[in-house]
Amino acid sequence: MLESTLLSKSFGKLKALDNVSIRMEAGQAVSLVGPNGSGKTTFLKCLLGLVIPDSGAIKLYEQQILGTWDYRRHIGYMPQIGRYPDNMRVGQVFDMVKEIRRDTFTHLDDDLIKAFEVDKFAHKTMRTLSGGTRQKVSACLAFMFDPDVLVLDEPTAGLDPLASEILKEKVLAEKAKGKLVLVTSHILSDLEELTTDVMYIIEGKVQFYQSIEQLKSRTGEDKLNRALAQIMRGV
Amino acid sequence: MLRIVKYVLYDILQNRIVIGYTLFLLAVSLGLFNLSGDPTKGLVSLLNVVLIVTPLVSIVFATIHFYNASEFIELLAAQPIRRSVIVWSEFIGLAVAMTLSILVGLGIPVALFAAGATGLTLVIVAVGLSVSFVSIALLASVLTRDKAKGIGVALLLWFYFALLYDALVLFLMFSFADYPLEKAMVAVIALNPIDLARVVVLLQMDISALMGYTGALFREFLGTGWGAGFAVIVLLLWVLVPIVVAVRVFRRKDL
Repeated sequence: MLESTLLSKSFGKLKALDNVSIRMEAGQAVSLVGPNGSGKTTFLKCLLGLVIPDSGAIKLYEQQILGTWDYRRHIGYMPQIGRYPDNMRVGQVFDMVKEIRRDTFTHLDDDLIKAFEVDKFAHKTMRTLSGGTRQKVSACLAFMFDPDVLVLDEPTAGLDPLASEILKEKVLAEKAKGKLVLVTSHILSDLEELTTDVMYIIEGKVQFYQSIEQLKSRTGEDKLNRALAQIMRGV
Repeated sequence: MLRIVKYVLYDILQNRIVIGYTLFLLAVSLGLFNLSGDPTKGLVSLLNVVLIVTPLVSIVFATIHFYNASEFIELLAAQPIRRSVIVWSEFIGLAVAMTLSILVGLGIPVALFAAGATGLTLVIVAVGLSVSFVSIALLASVLTRDKAKGIGVALLLWFYFALLYDALVLFLMFSFADYPLEKAMVAVIALNPIDLARVVVLLQMDISALMGYTGALFREFLGTGWGAGFAVIVLLLWVLVPIVVAVRVFRRKDL
């Protein structure tokens, strides 16, 4: 479904992505794990067309996507830090994105909007929202158009425990519907709950890309964090 | 594209600076017309204010707005729309806002006190000048990542076009005084939208004689229908070229 071949990107001397070749299928939920600045977010941003790679290719549904834009109708993106126009009200942000994507979705999924009780703060301007509330807005926008690919960059950071649980349930429900989910997080217990596979990146290179089951049996550990710790010591 | 222009305009028109700028233009125009009594004199004084203030406000406001809209632009760039649509929408929104300010702040007083071909020329030239500086501002903004640097570049560009350029031209004329430079001067003013605007309005006022032999040459060249067409086309190029380049740069920019 999603395939990257020899994807590379440098920022000056820093190699953010170094020949990343990976293939992901619908129904998979992949965790992107790695130290800070290892290239996880850059990989996601390349997929979204926010960062333009130096070389390599990305295909979605066997279609080359670099330099095109229409494929983004299939993607819902929840950024690490949701940044929105200060003067806009929450309701207006939703209206605007709906208007922009008017021709590209079949139905609206308002599960999260209801669960997070967005109506209660729809009249507030984005400037006045707390970090966690912004994250709720970001989450609603990512899931609202029922996209085939969900790109979640640190989704639970900043959310309160209740909201975090709501979001995790939603991710699991979408995964069960056969969507492709990409998650980055440093909270390994969340990743263990949510995802089926782990892609481990250091300095732009993919160290391994395996299912969690394989990983556990390979290391003989029954917890993801221990399995990862054991591998990291070995690497 | 119009759906996005709508939200950009909404964001700009809420801004107090645009309202303040409109009121400022209105106050200056009304003040100058009332002080000078003679509408032509009022127009000349107004021309000098317009040539300094409108480019400055346009370039600085457009630059600051573009950097402040970086969140908005990032949000849009992750949606299924073309990158070029984003920059064009920002440009159209800013151009419309600046045009509205001038039409209200300058157009109304001119229509009241100095309605006529010269007044109309002044308003049209002010609009053209503002839009071309919005266009230059967006080019400067997509080329520099840092906000402070971007605003610095915008101010320098304004300084260059409004003040430095004339000094350089004078220096050139002085150094090459022995050569017939009059024809070259026509080309030289085309390289600065502010000079171009000034000459076009002065020609309309029929006081080009004040500009000596070069003025007579401008009269001969720009005073005819063909010359006026040339001036309009050059000003349009000053609007279109920077924004087209800005769109090309932005399409390959990392956000």
